[in-house]
Amino acid sequence: MIEAIVGGLSGLVAGFTNLQWSNVVMMAIGCVLLYLGIKKDFEPLLLVPIGFGCIMVNIPLSGLMEKDGFLRVIYDMGVITEIFPLLIFVGIGAMTDFGPVLENPYTFLLGAAGQFGIFLTLLLALALNFPYKEAVTIGIIGACDGPTVIYVASQYARNLLGPVSVAAYSYMSLVPVLQPPIMRMLTTDKERRTVMKTHKKTVSKTTKILFPIVITIVGGLIAPKGLPLLATIMLGNLMKESGAVARLTKAAENEISNIVTLLLGISIGATMDGPLFVQPTTLIVLALGLIAICLDTVFGVLFGKILYVVTGGKVNPLIGAAGISAFPMSARVVQKEGQKYNKKNYLLMHAMGANAGGQVGSVMAAAVMLSVLKGMGLI
Amino acid sequence: MDKWTFGWTMLVLGMGGTIVTLMIFSLLMSLLKKVFPYRKEEEE
Repeated sequence: MIEAIVGGLSGLVAGFTNLQWSNVVMMAIGCVLLYLGIKKDFEPLLLVPIGFGCIMVNIPLSGLMEKDGFLRVIYDMGVITEIFPLLIFVGIGAMTDFGPVLENPYTFLLGAAGQFGIFLTLLLALALNFPYKEAVTIGIIGACDGPTVIYVASQYARNLLGPVSVAAYSYMSLVPVLQPPIMRMLTTDKERRTVMKTHKKTVSKTTKILFPIVITIVGGLIAPKGLPLLATIMLGNLMKESGAVARLTKAAENEISNIVTLLLGISIGATMDGPLFVQPTTLIVLALGLIAICLDTVFGVLFGKILYVVTGGKVNPLIGAAGISAFPMSARVVQKEGQKYNKKNYLLMHAMGANAGGQVGSVMAAAVMLSVLKGMGLI
Repeated sequence: MDKWTFGWTMLVLGMGGTIVTLMIFSLLMSLLKKVFPYRKEEEE
């Protein structure tokens, strides 16, 4: 009888006795993510499930990530198979209005400039002796695009899935804090005051419908290895612009996106197991991710300055900062910064163009990168 | 292949490829806008 009671009690205290300091650290980090999501409104749709998943997986002996565990099943079903990030992309495509970039197609180039951070960070990661595939995965944080980061990490560096995902989503939510100082540092007062002409509506419905089809075919032919990323976002956009499948568009925007976001969030949180996550490597990855996003902003603004010179002062260089893929947050940051220096400055639609270009640019950068890797025989 | 050959190849082809691709997209979209110009009656 006493033996049975002692045995039973040992089961009740096993959670405490197996708790490691790294689990406690990760639970605290999970709480910080919850705080940022709930109280600070930083990407709550992702940080809340990620934070909660992080807390759950760090409770010892729960078996959540063991074979047939609750979180393992979700992770294997959606992250390992890459289904979750791709379904999210269908939703993003259905929610994104590419009209502003179609109004001014040159803003695609700002979307390209905003991807420089990916490749420079890749070089930095290589300098720090990360293996090739891990360096690529770290660099892709600079895409500033959660689903793209998760897609690449789940294929080529699953051990980094947790850190790179957290870095991508956390830094995306910190865009309003990270970008303004860089924008101010790289531009003159005169440049920031530049007023840009307001748009006249110039894009036909036919062009909007043809856009996703043409981009999928041409982009897919150039970088076939990244076609799943490109095609899913374009499928979502085609559904939205065609207006022919309103029910599917609504489902992609709402039900599918919401369910997948929840499952993806807790799956990412589930990769943040203390003993695996609390490593010096994680801190290095987080630091490199921050550098990547800052470099994206630097090169976006510098390209904006080139456009300012080339156009004889008609383009406000601040809109270059929106060339990253944090949609539509960085466009709003640009609008806010522009108005600080000139109340008559309405940069939002121009910045939205660069931002939508950045959305396509980040996907294309990942697609090109994967295709080059494939061509080199590394994947 | 050593890591620097890999890194610089990725930088040149990756970034170059991204810029060229988006440049092509930009040209194609300008072309589409010319071929299918906006007409106000579309909205009605």
